Amino acid sequence: MIKVNELHKSFGDNQVLKGITTEIKAKEVVCVIGPSGSGKSTFLRCLNRLEDITSGEVIIDGTNIADKSVNINRYRQDVGMVFQHFNLFPHKSVLENITLAPKKLGKGQKAELNEKAMQLLDKVGLREKAQAYPSSLSGGQKQRVAIARALAMNPKIMLFDEPTSALDPELVDDVLAVMKDLANEGMTMVVVTHEMGFAKEVGDRVFFMDEGLVLEEGTPEDVFTNTKHERTQEFLSKIL
Amino acid sequence: MVINPQAFIDVIPFLIDGLWITLYITIFGVAIGCVIGTLFGLMSISRFRIVRFIAVTYVEVVRGTPLLAQIFFIHLGIPALIGHTFDPYITGVAIIGINSGAYIAEIVRGGVNSIDKGQMEAGRSLGLNSRQTMRYIIWPQALKVMIPPFGNQFVISLKDTSLLSSIAVAELMYSGRQYMTITFSAFETMFMVCIFYLIITIPASLLLRYLERRIDKS
Repeated sequence: MIKVNELHKSFGDNQVLKGITTEIKAKEVVCVIGPSGSGKSTFLRCLNRLEDITSGEVIIDGTNIADKSVNINRYRQDVGMVFQHFNLFPHKSVLENITLAPKKLGKGQKAELNEKAMQLLDKVGLREKAQAYPSSLSGGQKQRVAIARALAMNPKIMLFDEPTSALDPELVDDVLAVMKDLANEGMTMVVVTHEMGFAKEVGDRVFFMDEGLVLEEGTPEDVFTNTKHERTQEFLSKIL
Repeated sequence: MVINPQAFIDVIPFLIDGLWITLYITIFGVAIGCVIGTLFGLMSISRFRIVRFIAVTYVEVVRGTPLLAQIFFIHLGIPALIGHTFDPYITGVAIIGINSGAYIAEIVRGGVNSIDKGQMEAGRSLGLNSRQTMRYIIWPQALKVMIPPFGNQFVISLKDTSLLSSIAVAELMYSGRQYMTITFSAFETMFMVCIFYLIITIPASLLLRYLERRIDKS
């Protein structure tokens, strides 16, 4: 589903990704962990080209999106993204947040898209908030709306960039529960996270990133229990 | 000195004529300024260096020169160069447009830049292109931020039109001066001229404050 080949990314002289090569299969849930500054978020943002790719390939369903000539907007419709800071549209109601992109991109009739949005709100447990504005929601609610918004485009892949890092601890579980449901339904997911519990329970594979490279990858058991690298051990001992 | 109470009343018809001209020039001028300002404001956040350079140059030239110099440059300087004079009213509207356009460009730039970049990323990640994201997500939010400084600029431009009296545009200030030269009632006339400006600017400020409060709430 996603093939990454020698992915490099630099910001000026600062090399953030130093040649990542990996593959993510359909329906797989990959959790990306690692210290801050290791390039986790940048890696994720290269998967829908929110960051320009310096060199290497990111092949999604057979198309190399690093190629500047591909219509990136078309591919982004298949790749949903959830941000650490939600990034809901504050001037739009919850329902409008969800339907804006599908409407503007001609994904269906208004009534049909509204109905679909209500179903998504049911799924994230926020049907009663359809007419509310983002400013009146808690962080956890905002993030669940953001997930519903991304799902409204019927993506094949969902990217999560530290989706629970900005939440109060007691609100984290609601968001993780929604993500878990999504994983159980067979969504292909790449999740940058500090929630080791989630990574262990829901992740099919875990990537440990350090200094711009995927240093270690394997099943949660491989990475958390039979840790190979010293750097991984060091990181896990600090965080667990 | 003796105050002539009758002069306060007698000047009013003159000033009403002038006030209309002031309002027309301000409204048309600022309308042109909005078009110029939006264009150059968006140019100043362009990806392309040359486009940004053009916008920044325009803004700096206008902001860095006095309005009176701009008026004489366009009303006297350019006709001397091309050998063709323009109607001072047209020149007046053009100058207010060019001048307010530079300040509005800065308001537009500031408004758009004030929107968190996560908004653009959220729009783009959903598959909207940059124009769609700009139009449906960034612009409506930026517009709200721009309303108070824009209102402020409107009031400034309205007052700036008084300088057009120097090229015989019969706006409020010029009308007052004309009455004054006939009657020599300088105090009465200028007092009333100020009152007439305040009749417009005070309600405008109140309206602005009201809008600001409403925007803060939403």
